[in-house]
Amino acid sequence: MSDRVPILRIGENLLVSIQIDLDDQTVMNLQEDLAAQVVKYGARGVVIDITAAEIVDSFVGRMLSTIASVSRLLDAETVVVGMRPAVAITLVELGLSLGGVRTALNLEQGLAILAKRASAGAAGR
Amino acid sequence: MEGGSGPGKNEVAVKLGSSDHLLGLMTTRRDELAAAWIEVVSQTLAGRISRAELDQELHELYAALVEALRAGGLDASGEHYTEVRALLAELSRNRARQGFRPAETAVSLFALKRGLERLLDDGSADDVAAYLALSRLTDELGMFTVDSFAASREQIISSQAEELLELSTPVVKLWDGVIGVPLVGTLDSARTQVVMEKLLQELVDTGSAHAIIDITGVPAVDTEVAQHLLKTVVAARLMGAECIVSGIRPQIAQTIVALGIEFGDIVTKATLADALRHALRRSAQRAALSVGDAA
Repeated sequence: MSDRVPILRIGENLLVSIQIDLDDQTVMNLQEDLAAQVVKYGARGVVIDITAAEIVDSFVGRMLSTIASVSRLLDAETVVVGMRPAVAITLVELGLSLGGVRTALNLEQGLAILAKRASAGAAGR
Repeated sequence: MEGGSGPGKNEVAVKLGSSDHLLGLMTTRRDELAAAWIEVVSQTLAGRISRAELDQELHELYAALVEALRAGGLDASGEHYTEVRALLAELSRNRARQGFRPAETAVSLFALKRGLERLLDDGSADDVAAYLALSRLTDELGMFTVDSFAASREQIISSQAEELLELSTPVVKLWDGVIGVPLVGTLDSARTQVVMEKLLQELVDTGSAHAIIDITGVPAVDTEVAQHLLKTVVAARLMGAECIVSGIRPQIAQTIVALGIEFGDIVTKATLADALRHALRRSAQRAALSVGDAA
């Protein structure tokens, strides 16, 4: 039984802080859990904080893209925050550009992006 | 029993005897030998190092050599020669720094043989043995000198390369939330790697959302350099920051197009000023939006 990454709710957003080395099963579980929680709470945004992640391999990279696409279908925007330079370089070397995933330097800027989108959405309604 | 181990003992006796005689020569005719040695060395170095300095250096070495010879015989890699090796290493380091050739450094040691030659006028068996002993010793120590000369020169070169790398890649803060990297000089893989890492780390440290890479000072752009630039921009984007490339000179722009390099949706500006204006406008838009949120 592999670990499950806790998902925290802050208002309309869900926050996932990854503190452990991700293995494939953990990421699969995370994807399922996130989809369920987005629906359950009607979340508008998902923030995935990978500040503590030293290694992001191609599988995890792809899963981040998948999570973003799934969340978008459920009307929630995904922002990946706190990617380390070394991780970014590795992903580029692997040829992964995380298409469709918004990124921000830190949690604060990530939440600002979601807040901006929420206010734009509110104005549109 | 005595007879069985005879040859081995004899050999040892000859070895010890020869180094004893050498030691005797080096002690009793110390001044003569040292003077002859210094004479030969100073001739080869042709006044590029002061006589007083050479005197001190070689006398120190001579004393250490005699001491080591007395305590440790001819075993140049043994522990009794630690002092001698330390002195030689320092000598090689100094010579390397002063720009002498390896041969000119090694001669400081080999000249000792030439010094001894002058003392061996009668050529008795003992003298020959002493000369051979010294010859073996200087050969071994000479090797060591050349080795440490090469090692210290290597070290000097690599530390210079490192300094150059550090010097040539500053990351500067241009405005709140905007950092810039003015690149000067030819870009190669190693340098681009350093630039990339420094830039990305600076983005994290300062929380800047915009970075400007200014390549005004880069004389040529080939496919490899362009590839590195693109990678940097994509990596920055992955981290949530936007990169602008500025300062592409007309002929470089033509080269890039001729090479068929696609910059895609990466923002490029002709000058650093244009790039800064663009970055400020973008961050102003953000700021305006968040002010709008608050209102």
